[in-house]
Amino acid sequence: MPSEIDLRFILETLAKIVVVFVIGLLSPVSMNYVERRTLAFIQNRLGPNRVGPFGLFQSIADGIKFAFKEDIIPLSANKWLYTLAPVLAVIPAFMVTIVYPIGPEVNLPFVGPTKLYVTNFNVGLLYVLAMTSLGVYSMILAGWASGSKYSLLGGLRSSAQMISYELSLSLSVIAVVLMAGSLDLTQITEGQAGWFGLQWNVIKWFPAGVIAFFIYLISAIAETNRVPFDLPEAETELVAGFHTEYSSSLKFAMFFMAEYVNMLTVSVLATVLFLGGWNGPGVAAFPLLGPVYFFLKVFFFMFLYIWLRGTLPRFRYDQLMNFGWKFLLPLALLNIVIAAVIGVFIV
Amino acid sequence: MQILFLLFAALAVVAAFNVILQRNPLYSAIGLIGTLISVAALFLTLAAPFIAAVQIIVYAGAIVVLFVFVIMLLNVRAEESRADEQKYLRWLAAPLFLALLAEVFLAVRYVGDAPPPLPAVRAADAPRQWLGSVETIGTDMFTTYVLPFEAVSVLILMAIIGAMLLAKRDPQFGRRRAPAEPAAAAGRAEEVGAGARR
Repeated sequence: MPSEIDLRFILETLAKIVVVFVIGLLSPVSMNYVERRTLAFIQNRLGPNRVGPFGLFQSIADGIKFAFKEDIIPLSANKWLYTLAPVLAVIPAFMVTIVYPIGPEVNLPFVGPTKLYVTNFNVGLLYVLAMTSLGVYSMILAGWASGSKYSLLGGLRSSAQMISYELSLSLSVIAVVLMAGSLDLTQITEGQAGWFGLQWNVIKWFPAGVIAFFIYLISAIAETNRVPFDLPEAETELVAGFHTEYSSSLKFAMFFMAEYVNMLTVSVLATVLFLGGWNGPGVAAFPLLGPVYFFLKVFFFMFLYIWLRGTLPRFRYDQLMNFGWKFLLPLALLNIVIAAVIGVFIV
Repeated sequence: MQILFLLFAALAVVAAFNVILQRNPLYSAIGLIGTLISVAALFLTLAAPFIAAVQIIVYAGAIVVLFVFVIMLLNVRAEESRADEQKYLRWLAAPLFLALLAEVFLAVRYVGDAPPPLPAVRAADAPRQWLGSVETIGTDMFTTYVLPFEAVSVLILMAIIGAMLLAKRDPQFGRRRAPAEPAAAAGRAEEVGAGARR
């Protein structure tokens, strides 16, 4: 029905897509710098401080280096799949960015009332879970197509880990869905407005909210293969896991980008589901404060990742599987029961 | 919407052909992912976002992952010529194909018009009440169809127990294996995972 969709809608959507795409593109660049500097300070060193003021342009320099390095495809690699795998990592990662509920409806100058998200699905949460579950393929295929045993083992490990922890992640989210009564990320956010943060889902329906939050946090870190769950890239055992054979060219940069965008997605989801999304003091009066609160909360979670990386040692593989299947999953199931009981009988 | 339908329908068909024409089973699996995602997009254009999301989560996100795992772990390089052993399947293929085709024609002929596409639905007054929405599906599933729903969950539980029993009975990997063995735990975990997602 082209007649019903006006030009303004198309232009607005395109502009928003460009904005979230740029946010996605900037997240690896900025967060990588923050990560390297913070990690350096945690470990009592300086970190990159040579390129530009405080080393701020280090990531850009690295990006240029990625673009100009020779692209080596190993002889034993399956050429098609080896090239396809990084693409499969990036596409789902960026597809998720369209449902980021960055802010409420604001009155922008020259544009008029605009909603600060590209779209809101009736099943936004499921859409995010679906897209992140597609990211497994890039790891398996990269590991297999590289034709190297380190890559294969790394790929198998990461996909097994992702599949295992995806379950407890999805189950932990159900408690929030019960609280909000919706799968739409904007509606979940709006349900947490007011009461100076006392309506946030972390503390709602105590203890269901808190348990769900911690299960989500742990499985999200495992899902993105970060410390202390970075077994797929355990360099002492597996060199660099599934991307061992990707020789720091643009293909490696794509994996890198996908990893950071996935971290961003997980942080956004944690913010929206548990910490009230764009809500904060004064948002009702000044809606433009919404994105500020939103990005502050997201940055908190991104920083948490770095903090953990500087602090914690790595799990052993059997510990990882035991923890995921014998502790986290039953706890997540139990938490659904707790949340349902509270929702039906108490609230 | 027409354009989107044509695009994704064509993609689905091309990917489906890719599934049956490739010699390398891994390429076939990738084609299958393409088909599943295209079909999910078709569901979206038919105002059934829940089914679209579930299609991707269950089929593309879990089941085909298991296919790929099996293909990779058994290291099936290219299709082994097993056609001679399964000659009768060839005679089964044509009637099955005709039956499916007839079903599609009947569906197109008798089921009637498809529900309105998504933007039109959203513009309507009751955006949460249309046929493909989460609320409608949930309500139907737990009121009208609660018995079949529970029966399916029992069926899946039986499948999980059956799979575990078969794995235990294997003489090589039998009772001597400790329950906390990581590889066994991981393997079992995936089966349970695929079952529990439905």
